[in-house]
Amino acid sequence: MTEQGIGAAIARREDRRFVTGQGHYTDDINRMGQTYAVFVRSPHAHAIINSISMDAAKGMPGVRDIFIGKDLADGGVGPLICGWAITDVNGEPHKAPPHPALAMGKVRHVGDPVAVVIADTQHQAMDAAAKVDVDYSVLDAAADLATAQGSNVQIHEEAPGNLCYEWEIGDKAAIDAAFDSAAHVTELEFLNNRLVPNAMEPRACVAEYDGGTGDYTLYLTSQNPHVHRLVMSAFNGLAPEHKLRVVAPDVGGGFGSKIFVYAEEVVLTWACRHVGRPIKWTAERSESFVTDAHGRDHVTKAELALDADGLFLAMRVNTMANMGAYLSTFASAVPTYLYATLLAGQYTTGGIYANVKAVFTNTVPVDAYRGAGRPEAAYVVERLVEAAAAETGRDPADLRKRNFVQKDAFPYQTPVVMQYDCGDFHGSMEQALALIGYTGFAGRKEASRADGKLRGIGFSSYIEACGIAPSAAVGSLGAGVGLWESANIRFNPTGNVQLFTGCHSHGQGHETAYAQIVADKLGVPYEQVDVIHGDTARIPFGMGTYGSRSAAVGGSAILKAADKVIEKGKKIAAHCLEASEDDIEFSAGNFTVTGTDKAMNIAEVAFTAYVPHNYPDGVEPGLDETAFYDPLNFSFPAGTHICEVEIDPDTGAVSIEKYAAVDDFGTLINPLIVEGQIHGGIAQGVGQAVLESAVYDGDGQLVSGSYMDYTMPRADDLPHYDVGFNSVPSPLNPLGVKGCGEAGAIAAPAAVMNAVHNALRDMGVNHVEMPATPQRVWEAIQGAQGAAE
Amino acid sequence: MYNFEYKKAGSVAEAASIIGADADAKLVAGGMTYIPTLKQRLAAPTTVVDMNGLGDLAGISVAGDTVTIGAMTRHAAVACSADVAAAIPALADLAGHIGDPQVRNRGTIGGSIANNDPAADYPAGLVGLGATVKTNRREVGADDFFIDMFETALEQDEIVTSVSFPKPVKAAYMKFPNPASRYAITGVFVAQAHDGVRVAVTGAGPCVFRVAAMEAALSSNWSADAVADISVSADGLNEDIHASAEYRAHLITVMAKRAVAKAG
Repeated sequence: MTEQGIGAAIARREDRRFVTGQGHYTDDINRMGQTYAVFVRSPHAHAIINSISMDAAKGMPGVRDIFIGKDLADGGVGPLICGWAITDVNGEPHKAPPHPALAMGKVRHVGDPVAVVIADTQHQAMDAAAKVDVDYSVLDAAADLATAQGSNVQIHEEAPGNLCYEWEIGDKAAIDAAFDSAAHVTELEFLNNRLVPNAMEPRACVAEYDGGTGDYTLYLTSQNPHVHRLVMSAFNGLAPEHKLRVVAPDVGGGFGSKIFVYAEEVVLTWACRHVGRPIKWTAERSESFVTDAHGRDHVTKAELALDADGLFLAMRVNTMANMGAYLSTFASAVPTYLYATLLAGQYTTGGIYANVKAVFTNTVPVDAYRGAGRPEAAYVVERLVEAAAAETGRDPADLRKRNFVQKDAFPYQTPVVMQYDCGDFHGSMEQALALIGYTGFAGRKEASRADGKLRGIGFSSYIEACGIAPSAAVGSLGAGVGLWESANIRFNPTGNVQLFTGCHSHGQGHETAYAQIVADKLGVPYEQVDVIHGDTARIPFGMGTYGSRSAAVGGSAILKAADKVIEKGKKIAAHCLEASEDDIEFSAGNFTVTGTDKAMNIAEVAFTAYVPHNYPDGVEPGLDETAFYDPLNFSFPAGTHICEVEIDPDTGAVSIEKYAAVDDFGTLINPLIVEGQIHGGIAQGVGQAVLESAVYDGDGQLVSGSYMDYTMPRADDLPHYDVGFNSVPSPLNPLGVKGCGEAGAIAAPAAVMNAVHNALRDMGVNHVEMPATPQRVWEAIQGAQGAAE
Repeated sequence: MYNFEYKKAGSVAEAASIIGADADAKLVAGGMTYIPTLKQRLAAPTTVVDMNGLGDLAGISVAGDTVTIGAMTRHAAVACSADVAAAIPALADLAGHIGDPQVRNRGTIGGSIANNDPAADYPAGLVGLGATVKTNRREVGADDFFIDMFETALEQDEIVTSVSFPKPVKAAYMKFPNPASRYAITGVFVAQAHDGVRVAVTGAGPCVFRVAAMEAALSSNWSADAVADISVSADGLNEDIHASAEYRAHLITVMAKRAVAKAG
């Protein structure tokens, strides 16, 4: 490890501009002659659009034009798509009702856009939008996941009973038989609460058309600008790929919500040519609540069968997953291949059957949100295991250890598709037990009791699949894209380096971590490496950042490109040093002739490549190498998180008192960044467990539609984290990395809720849903006490 | 935000004449409620009269057993005032737990009580201490000032200029915050005030109210146990996704106990 190479815990170089207000976000971009878009949105969850009257609005000051769904359809704009085809239990494709960018005929959720007003100023557009008169016939809404399927409310003609698909994995008959032979069956039913992503920067876009060249430029808040360009070209038909440039500048958080192709981006790109002016749209925060794809939202019944020795025989899971009113870009994959394939957890469970019903409701579409399916899976597995331990009188750590995949059993094929490459589940558990001070828990519990508080401890031994993803594998499961990544290492004649990556940083610290990889591998000073991302006109085609893929896939592409640089550099060095290429070694930035002191620095090689006065025959000038990397498998970060909570029985308030996290992320490129990712992920997981919830009423109105009612985690809600690492480098990628961005959000909900249930067990409470708000906990205690009396 | 006339008030009299002549003209003090309301286009005033230039309205003075706080005094100034901390520590404590640091450094006592948000903290402090609200026209006792949700005794052209708090024997405030907004789901201010025991509840109902049964119990026995078995009816209390009326009613007793214990 060098001071600034792989493994160095250096501060993020990008943070200086972020914390000093010098970042450049989409809303900071202003183009000559720019106009402003305001969307007219449905106030109803479900309604027929009888008519849209625009006459008054069109006469308002500054109004350039107003468009509705028919204008887009007449203009050949294709509907928004879902890019992952699920085959249902009958071998049929999932129901994919049309999703026009502006609603036609019917609105299906509060916030569904009906029209767009383009005016010279933001306020003129707002004033005119208020004058667009939409006549609705309000219909009954199906807003509740548990009752939407088969209700009388028909959201899409194409999806009878509001069922998008019923999907299954595993041999149901064999699993049923295993349950019949079980010594003990643990059964739980619970929700996985719906979350609003709440990126700090709201979504925004600026679309511009150059009549001279016929080129479109779209600046937007995207985690994957090339994916946006591909979908908008191939499916929405807005412009051919070579005539559409998509730029995602600094992006202030995504958490998945900025992966997807949204109506506003499609509408603006189409409209800017018709208006003849650049158009900007920036979401109001209240608009973000009802337009950003939400996360989670499952209702699950889960069962675990154990034998008399506590070994896991089988698992049976039935889940209803809320799709919202329309299928978002990757929605169909989240509760299937990103969920059920992780139900083995860290255990040697004999067999697994999962049945998933994806249901349309009159709510905002649901799609990937930090963890995407894997937090839901970890919650199922870890809640079941903890409950099984309590029910059978076993220590929860011991029961887990008894069922862990052993360290020498890798590669390990689970019953649900995945093959784990490596890991050390026991080691992480032992380290976490030491970090939390497990042996001291009884004393801490007693001290809490003396203070009138209930203390509980909860475990979460999670696993996830990251490094998304081997293209052929995901293709066989229905993905419409490949999930490789690209990197281009460009030396300049003076020896410094620009790295162009197809991944995208929206808070992850790529500019630092990727520069560390290049510096380490090529021996170039860290300060002389810049990382460029987020512009389809500058970077090679890339698939973007999500699924904790940037290190395992994007980082591996960088290594491959670096290998090509070294390979070419050896040819140049061999010529200049008058040696055979086979005798050239490369180390720490220097090409040397084996057994001699003859050497040439890589900066000199770069200069020679661009000023090839004395140059080998048959070698191209320049030192500029591109590589594409398609992973061999997913990577499998795993670990054990242990949480201790204290509950005030008088108010029901839950306080997170201690939190220990031990994770195996493989090789750590920058431990400081990794620790930050863990902190942030746990914060969001704690948020899901005790704070956050997107609540709809029966009419489909989002009740928690602002920060007055949607509880974001704050610093004083969160504990000190004791973080440890138990790294087992992955053998399946050249860096040995596994990915760390989602782990905290995946592990924490189960750890916190297991601790809550542990604390409340003495009160006779055995069920509390997330978020475990003070009222909910208090009511559970009241209910248990009422039942006991 | 809709267009409106902006007027910086040169005096209380000038501000009063503007709002007296135009029912759609509004005062803004700290703007912690009103500016977000304007930004969301939930209000369309003709004129907004900015009170922030009126330095005479800001300040804290102690005379004898009375603490007087000017209407434009920021919450942070009350929270950090050595004089308030010495005379009525419970009031400094209350002010120090309103909102967050940004809110405390903008929000004012006059703006807060004139708005009379049912979940605001100051109404409990005023009623709990038996304070007197001074306006440009008169003095109003706290018990008569707060009428109903977002409604006070203020006339159209009436402006709060200061609030006078008589020093209590002892007092304390405990609130259970809304986890999202951090407003009070239920806040209880208890005091052995200048005119007897007072128990004032904010957040739980449409408007701050006193709990006579608790006041009577505490008058004869100032202890947490004295209120432990006194429950307040849930009828008419607020309900939202964070707290049912029953939960709020329960919290009144819990917070009252804790406030008495805190007061010592």
